Amino acid sequence: MEVRVANVRKEFERFPALHDVSLDIKSGELIALLGPSGSGKTTLLRLIAGLERPTRGKIFFGEEDASQKSIQERNVGFVFQHYALFRHMTVADNIGFGLKVRHGPSRRSAKEIRRRASELLNLVQLSGLEKRYPAQLSGGQRQRVALARAMAIEPAVLLLDEPFGALDAQVRRELRRWLRDIHDATGHTTVFVTHDQEEALELADRVVVMSQGRIEQVGTADEIYDTPNSPFVYGFIGESSSLPVKVEDGQVWIADRPIGLSAPHAPQGEATLFFRPHDVDLVEECNGCIAGTVAASRRVAGTRRVELEIGGERQRVEIELPVDHPAAQKSRVAFRPRRWKLFPAA
Amino acid sequence: MADPEIKSYAPHHESQSPAVTESRTARTVLMIVTFAFLGIFLLLPLIIVFKEAFAKGIEAYTQALGEPDTRSAIRLTLLVAAISVPLNVVFGISAAWAIAKFEFKGKAFLTTLIDLPFSVSPVISGLVYVLLFGAQGLLGAWLKAHGIVILFAVPGIVLATIFVTFPFVARELIPLMQEQGNGDEEAALSLGANGWQAFWYVTLPNVKWGLLYGVLLCNARAMGEFGAVSVVSGHIRGLTNTMPLHVEILYNEYNAAAAFAVASLLAGLALVTLVLKTLLEMRYGAEIAATRGH
Repeated sequence: MEVRVANVRKEFERFPALHDVSLDIKSGELIALLGPSGSGKTTLLRLIAGLERPTRGKIFFGEEDASQKSIQERNVGFVFQHYALFRHMTVADNIGFGLKVRHGPSRRSAKEIRRRASELLNLVQLSGLEKRYPAQLSGGQRQRVALARAMAIEPAVLLLDEPFGALDAQVRRELRRWLRDIHDATGHTTVFVTHDQEEALELADRVVVMSQGRIEQVGTADEIYDTPNSPFVYGFIGESSSLPVKVEDGQVWIADRPIGLSAPHAPQGEATLFFRPHDVDLVEECNGCIAGTVAASRRVAGTRRVELEIGGERQRVEIELPVDHPAAQKSRVAFRPRRWKLFPAA
Repeated sequence: MADPEIKSYAPHHESQSPAVTESRTARTVLMIVTFAFLGIFLLLPLIIVFKEAFAKGIEAYTQALGEPDTRSAIRLTLLVAAISVPLNVVFGISAAWAIAKFEFKGKAFLTTLIDLPFSVSPVISGLVYVLLFGAQGLLGAWLKAHGIVILFAVPGIVLATIFVTFPFVARELIPLMQEQGNGDEEAALSLGANGWQAFWYVTLPNVKWGLLYGVLLCNARAMGEFGAVSVVSGHIRGLTNTMPLHVEILYNEYNAAAAFAVASLLAGLALVTLVLKTLLEMRYGAEIAATRGH
């Protein structure tokens, strides 16, 4: 099912949590809402679910306006960060709950509900645990049960709120791959909230980067990482270094020296230069480059991270070098960003 | 919550744990004082109640309980409890639900108000009803004109009992519901349950032990309440006397054996309540631990 969020604003007691947010979610897509805490990502998810009502704006499921529908009528599968499993019910009863509370023609017999619960347990690879209680399961198992329970009602949309937030790193990675497999097998339109960029970039078809109640950028993992459209996204996704610079005559300057980057279309004046620490070329002769004094050098896994102090202001930036690169031993290093972006100074 | 820190300090054998700094003598003295106090002020009176009740033999005991006035007092007490406890279960659940699950203005005030019956002397609670419903009271004339009798009749006793026992269920449920939050209910709603189904299948089972505990305490107090009921009852023998009031009347008439026979029933109720409460605490404690384990 397609989901369209149109100019939605949400206030909590006059305090805006979302400003005029619009988003198109394609049918069958796996999409991540990514942002720091307080960015409004969970609020957006709860608005789509119908757990909150928008202050302004509308939410469409397909062609239908769902804004005024209750959560029951929207038929969404919601998975909570802390699972929210019914602790006094067995795993099978938890999964069957959505079918059990149905009225009218869609009501199923107890036997059918049991069969469906077993099917779903099989899908989430927990066969044989029907009679267990939530307290007898590990965190990862509980989250699988929660997902099976949400899928039992054959939801139009599957919504997951920090689904792996309460799990340890090992289980997280495992469940991530597993969720991708489940999504590919069932094809549910799925929206999940996370503050873990690795999770979002690895798992989602598209990532929605949010900050302070606004959507900063929507795109595939490549688009988000390679062409960030704002200082926030550049700084939030992946490693980045930034330097205050000046644009004059189509050239980028630090203090009174051009650094060998031409920016013919950038507006004149103060700006901030962003680049990735690993996206730099070291240069021998500093004839238009960024040069700095080595302030610190750290070994990070397969590379060496060198911290440089630039110019009289002693701005610090990080660049990444191969572990055995001789430049790491020097006291001065000169480099030029291979890929970079300028944002006008705020 | 089973705090692991505290648990590890709790000694399971005789050796002195690092948390205990008092000398052996001090500990012995404290324990003797406590046991002596409980023995003299609680255990001894309880023994005396039963001893006096059976002082003239079993026959006199059953005869005292068979008295028409006594039987009427027992019936009235059961009736009052049967009305006020279910009502307070409903009130208590609604109040706890409102306070624990919603945000609204005046919430702190409401929470304080729920505690009022605990902080006010029961006699005052009774007097309030006299001022409200009595012949010279605020609503007295109107009630009389419509032929409604509240004071010195069963409705007054029920009202006073409801007032006095109101906090038990609510106070038991509020912290429990607050701690559990809205997550389970939201999950139930997202799965298509309506409000009633969410309450019946999810909320109620989540609080059932706490609720039972509250009901037990509420019932014990409803049957044992003296002060408030005494003011509004009018002490009409065979009509508006509850068991505690009847005990007092019998005692004032120097009918000690009968007084203690009725008192023994109330004492028995207290003992049963205590046993059930302990059993519940054992069960309920485990439930809480399981909840926290999530």
